[in-house]
Amino acid sequence: MLKLTINKKVYNLDIDPETPLLWALRDVIGLVGTKYGCGMAQCGACVVHLNGEAVRSCVTRVSRAAGKEVVTIEGLSDNNDHPLQQAWLELDVSQCGYCQAGQIMSAAVLLRENKNPTDKDINSAMEGNICRCGTYLRIHKAIQLAADIQRKGSK
Amino acid sequence: MEQTRTTHSRRSFLKSSLLAGGGLMISFSWLPKAGQANTPHHPVAPEAWNELTGYVRIYPDNSITILNPNPEFGQNVMTSLPMMVAEELEADWKKIVVEMGPHDSTKLGAQFTGGSNSVRMYWRPLREAGAAARQMLLQAAAESWSVPIEELTTRAAIIYHEKTGKSGTYGSFASKAATLPVPKGMKLKAPKDFKVVRNSQKNVEGIKIVSGQPLFGIDYKVDGMLIAMIQHPPAFGMKLKSFDATQTLKMPGIKDVFTLKLYEEGFEQGGFDTRSFNDLLVVVGNTTWEVMNARKKLIVDWVPAGDTKDTFGGRGTKREVTVPGALESTTAQLAKMEEYAQKPAQQLRKDGDPETAFKNAAQIIERTYNAPFLAHNCMEPMNFFAHVTAEKALLAGPLQAPGWSEPTLAKLLQLPAEKIEIQMTRMGGGFGRRAYGHYLYEVALIAKKVQAPVKLIYTREDDMTYGIYRPMYTATYRAALDANKKLIAFHVKGGGIPEHAIHANRFPAGAVDNYLAEGWQIPSNITIGAFRAPRSNFNAAAEQSFLDELAEAMGKDPIDFRLELLQKVKEKPVGRNNEYDVDRYTGILKLVKEKSGWGKPENNKYNRGVAAYFCHNSYAAHVVDIVMRNNRPYVERVYSAIDCGIVINPDAATNMVEGAVIDGIGNAFYGKLSHKDGAAEQSNFHNYRMIRHSEAPAKIEVHFVQNDIDPTGLGEPPFPPVFGAVANALYKLNKKRHYNQPYLNNPLQSGTVTNNKKPF
Ligand code: FES
Ligand code: FES
Repeated sequence: MLKLTINKKVYNLDIDPETPLLWALRDVIGLVGTKYGCGMAQCGACVVHLNGEAVRSCVTRVSRAAGKEVVTIEGLSDNNDHPLQQAWLELDVSQCGYCQAGQIMSAAVLLRENKNPTDKDINSAMEGNICRCGTYLRIHKAIQLAADIQRKGSK
Repeated sequence: MEQTRTTHSRRSFLKSSLLAGGGLMISFSWLPKAGQANTPHHPVAPEAWNELTGYVRIYPDNSITILNPNPEFGQNVMTSLPMMVAEELEADWKKIVVEMGPHDSTKLGAQFTGGSNSVRMYWRPLREAGAAARQMLLQAAAESWSVPIEELTTRAAIIYHEKTGKSGTYGSFASKAATLPVPKGMKLKAPKDFKVVRNSQKNVEGIKIVSGQPLFGIDYKVDGMLIAMIQHPPAFGMKLKSFDATQTLKMPGIKDVFTLKLYEEGFEQGGFDTRSFNDLLVVVGNTTWEVMNARKKLIVDWVPAGDTKDTFGGRGTKREVTVPGALESTTAQLAKMEEYAQKPAQQLRKDGDPETAFKNAAQIIERTYNAPFLAHNCMEPMNFFAHVTAEKALLAGPLQAPGWSEPTLAKLLQLPAEKIEIQMTRMGGGFGRRAYGHYLYEVALIAKKVQAPVKLIYTREDDMTYGIYRPMYTATYRAALDANKKLIAFHVKGGGIPEHAIHANRFPAGAVDNYLAEGWQIPSNITIGAFRAPRSNFNAAAEQSFLDELAEAMGKDPIDFRLELLQKVKEKPVGRNNEYDVDRYTGILKLVKEKSGWGKPENNKYNRGVAAYFCHNSYAAHVVDIVMRNNRPYVERVYSAIDCGIVINPDAATNMVEGAVIDGIGNAFYGKLSHKDGAAEQSNFHNYRMIRHSEAPAKIEVHFVQNDIDPTGLGEPPFPPVFGAVANALYKLNKKRHYNQPYLNNPLQSGTVTNNKKPF
């Protein structure tokens, strides 16, 4: 039995500890917002937070998450109102939308650590997230907008 | 349920009905014009399938539901199509609920996403449905209030009669309206009166996307669902000989390992039934990870398949095609293409006397361009769900054209079409890839065999190495100049594996007195499919690079050179069947010239390239500005001019053009799927290079030509000219022409071609 805290809820899983966290989330727990894109840490579709760090859940064993706090896109905010979610909607970033959960989860760690990210900071934080639809420009602007929203909110 | 049926025009009709519990439903059916032959590049379904149906539901509490009839793969039809209904209905857009339509090939017809068709195809019928519903609601109100209908006005789903001060919601009249006949010959709004259309509206599924709700096929789940994966041969031209699954079956969660034949011998495939491998080695288990893991323990013997036969049916004809069995490699393919390029080819168009003109030329410029196979790499890999019983089948997942897959599914499952339900989920990208239904057929047969609900998932590796690629293309362009450097003849000869890309009637056809277009092709076992702007995505690279080089040789500005050619077409077009509209083509070039500040000294620090192209009924031009950054070329700015007629949802349309530009830069710089002994050399994103965040331009300025032309489509047209503009900008950077794609990442190496030397 592995004990995991996911989006503040506790789960006891009877599962092969080698299972990637991605598939534990999707197939066992039923949280499918975290996406599969490559399975080898190349695309970022599967990014979740593990004790606040952005990790690629496709190459993170579920055993590594035991006893830690996991946050997925479903738990990023209580009312879907994280500054990034607001900014994403405001700039209507998504095309197909498949990559966007991973994009937002990567950006969320950046914004928490860095209230005023520069273009360079955003570039390096987001380099691991692929979007075939080509929404990078809007993602970039949405992160800047979210930083803005975050600064205003904390004043 | 009462129904009134009114024939609207020769090809469309509307129906109204009373909703259970009260309310009005307007549904419409419409037959789009029959088009060209149904080929992967001009997808037109047989007319009988082309009946399209949608609905508007107005409930007594004034809530309104609009159905989106077409599959959503990121082109935003879930929003733009219902907007067209709401426009005529005069409803409050913010309160409308949009639902994804079901698929029903007999009643609802071919709902397909492809060919930049969605908006174009639905533009009229959806507005008519909205207008008819409004008219009936007005009629009901006029009768109830005993006032002339002309005195009524509507705003945000409320009807007003100013003189008496009366007002009422649509919902309050909906049930009465449902008893009225559907009006004929609705007058639709003039563009100047648009309130919803032409105003940016947010993606109706935006909130679901950013909060991670289940939307995609891969998210589909039912109780007791199993997971299946297919182990396909490691190379094109190979097939399964034998396997040993002993170890696999011992792995936890594994239910079964078996083989299936997709098509029995002589099975008549439809145009989109392409599949790369016919013998399926299937592993079925409880969870994705268990199946992925257990697959690794399979011991499989693969052998060369040798030449095989495909049978194609449909339209009363039966055609057998031999698929060569050789294990192909990219270098050998290039050599073969060079060899074929020297042979006589099929003449596609000829104007004047090109042979003589070339003989008399003072100067001939000849250039050859090559491009590799490309993988679609939709971020959501291929997958589909199926539950098949003896009586019926339910399938759900990402698919561009359910109407094309259903007949094949019916044949494979031996079920009547009405017993097959296909649910269309949101797609994590499509780009043409999901018009090919092999993965539905596979999961249907698997589900039938295991007698349980099952979801087939392709891993990224399965997806990338499976095939259905953008074809490998080549083209040689020749231009003849006279002693005054005047263009007197133009010749293009294109080929490819397994098809050529030439559009013989496109620009510059019509602009040159002596013109020749030819094509040839080499059969292959590597499967191909439509890829965002099929064929055009190569032509716009090759032709637009060639025109740039030609302009330079003639001492002309590349935009002015194109404008001169177009002017000539306008005054005195050469030949017939010139596909493009000269004024619209000219329009985008002038617009991009103006908006990019072409020729202005402040832009001199950029290496600028331009390209313009017409495809899928719309026009797109880009100016691309490249700089060196960290020792690498970087596209810093892009200016785009687009003419797609009326733009339904401007901000979403801008997003789509930005996406096409970024996708285009990525594919032009890096896109390549190569082969060695039949095996794909790229299998995942560690060796298939995709454009990354930092490589997206800092600025993409999108300008739409403002006109009132009915919408002509947008998903594909902005993509092809990106390649040409990038190639031309790269040339400015280092004075080296780029003939082989991908431009930056191991371009195809042509062994013996000698004609790309500077001849002057
Ligand atoms: S699925 Fe984990 S990085 Fe791609
Ligand atoms: S929005 Fe489609 S992959 Fe990013």
